[in-house]
Amino acid sequence: MTALAHSALPSQVGLLAGRAVKRILRNPAQLVFPVLFPLILLAVNTSGLDAATQLPGFPTASYLDFALAIPFMQGALFAALNGGQDLARDIQDGFLDRLAMTPMSGAALLAGQLGGALFMGVISAVLYLVVGIAFGAGIASGVGGGLVLLLLAISISSAFACFGTFVALRAGTGEAVQGFFPLFFVLLFLSSAFFPRDLIEQDWFRVVATYNPVSYMVEGIRSLVITGWDGQALAQAFGLSALAIIAFLALSSRALRTRLVRT
Amino acid sequence: MTEERGIDVQGLVREFKGGVRAVDGIDLQVAAGEIYGFLGPNGAGKSTTVKVLTTLLPPTAGSATVAGYDVAEEGAKVRAAIGVALQDVALDPMLTGREHMRLQGGLQGIPRAERGRRGDELLERVGLSAAADRKSKTYSGGMKRRLDLALALLHKPRILFLDEPTTGLDVQSRTALWDEVARLARDEGTTVFLTTQYLEEADVLANHVGIIDRGVIVAEGTPAALKAQVAKPTVEVVPREAGDCAATAAALRPFGDTVPPSAAGTVAVRLDSGAEQLADIVRALDSANIAVVNLALHEPTLDDVFLAKTGRSLEGAADAPPEEPAADRERALA
Repeated sequence: MTALAHSALPSQVGLLAGRAVKRILRNPAQLVFPVLFPLILLAVNTSGLDAATQLPGFPTASYLDFALAIPFMQGALFAALNGGQDLARDIQDGFLDRLAMTPMSGAALLAGQLGGALFMGVISAVLYLVVGIAFGAGIASGVGGGLVLLLLAISISSAFACFGTFVALRAGTGEAVQGFFPLFFVLLFLSSAFFPRDLIEQDWFRVVATYNPVSYMVEGIRSLVITGWDGQALAQAFGLSALAIIAFLALSSRALRTRLVRT
Repeated sequence: MTEERGIDVQGLVREFKGGVRAVDGIDLQVAAGEIYGFLGPNGAGKSTTVKVLTTLLPPTAGSATVAGYDVAEEGAKVRAAIGVALQDVALDPMLTGREHMRLQGGLQGIPRAERGRRGDELLERVGLSAAADRKSKTYSGGMKRRLDLALALLHKPRILFLDEPTTGLDVQSRTALWDEVARLARDEGTTVFLTTQYLEEADVLANHVGIIDRGVIVAEGTPAALKAQVAKPTVEVVPREAGDCAATAAALRPFGDTVPPSAAGTVAVRLDSGAEQLADIVRALDSANIAVVNLALHEPTLDDVFLAKTGRSLEGAADAPPEEPAADRERALA
């Protein structure tokens, strides 16, 4: 990369991230559904599963406190799905070829793509937190914990967005990106999102949840809400998110080089 | 010094998986400032050639320079020198025309102030000022093509690649685009590499034409020279009196062979020489006291050229059976 390209990178990232945000804002389905659906599910779960808090060993007396972590994960999934589909559409429509004809760097494309996901991550995380608190959820780690929670939620959103970007670049079709969506949901259901791991009776389910990285992301968020400051839970959640971001960015970068076959 | 360089292609090959050769060893030269029409049916290899020349596909073999830069080794320099409007108009449906210009200008590294001015100027030139703040998803096909052209011109490229720019456009939009392409070459000295499957488009716009079929260039030259290679013009005379048809045919016989006319009461002759015989024909008819109501000269078309070179008509050629061997083609031309 030339010095000129380096100096242009922030500007290119800004332009591409701005475009990603505009696309989200101008497409209500991309903005409203991913934000509202997890909140509706939270309301249903909280009212229906509140009795679970009576189980011996359940970590909190409020199912809302326990379940508040779930919308953050679902919001991240939706953001990843939408971002990935947008990128796949760019590939299918030839817009990526148009961008490839400019001096745009691959890093700018990836960063700009993540810009849209970050925007969605921030909007939805703030909303989930505010709605949770408004309906009585307590944040055991206090105001500082609330801010760390937002940071963690954004990290998780970015991790999922990197995965969505990789799938879009590798497969090049919106259908392929959409095809991964059920897999994400299975990962969420086979995690500790809906029950604490040590209360899962089925051995196979508990084993899967223990090896499922989504469990640790959920538990990181949950720890800030119901435990307070749990260094191990936070380190695991932030660590896994960072690892996923690095791994899928590297894979995306490689896939982008193949996709942008410009000489 | 690269200012005066156009396009130089030598033995270019692009092979895809399964050994399919979309471009099979083509040579072509485009001088700076000229419009080169690359004519051929669907699937002939036009778009693949454009993608190689615009650095979007690496060549399998052979070499090509664009604006003096090697497409395989100096991709970034080639891209800085060219503007491209590909066959499928690639726009973001959620962005307005003006936003497209700003995004493209920013990525091209055009300073912010100049970006806005140049963008507005181009939108005006292509007739999109009034629609500049509308999302591109509301544009008609012709408007999208015009925005695509404006985007390709934003960074003032020396060479412009247009891949079937008028496919699917109505006559009015097509004519407007032709005018703009001709103006670019005439007034700004832009070299234009234009692929098309429309004979008329190549005929009207191009200084030179290359005809490609199944990855191979089968003919190249100026439209007039190509047509002169394969066919002579035809003159059609309509005598005032229908009974004068035989006398008209006799008067025209020294100028060429009689061919079937396009309408009854008309005599048609394929001229041995060319259009320069027209004055002699008028004199011969006058000497024979034949009054005529119409006399028309029909030039051969590029379709005649395509037919002569490939044995098939350009229209529907993409669906025609596999081409005959090159040796057979040469015999047919002899």
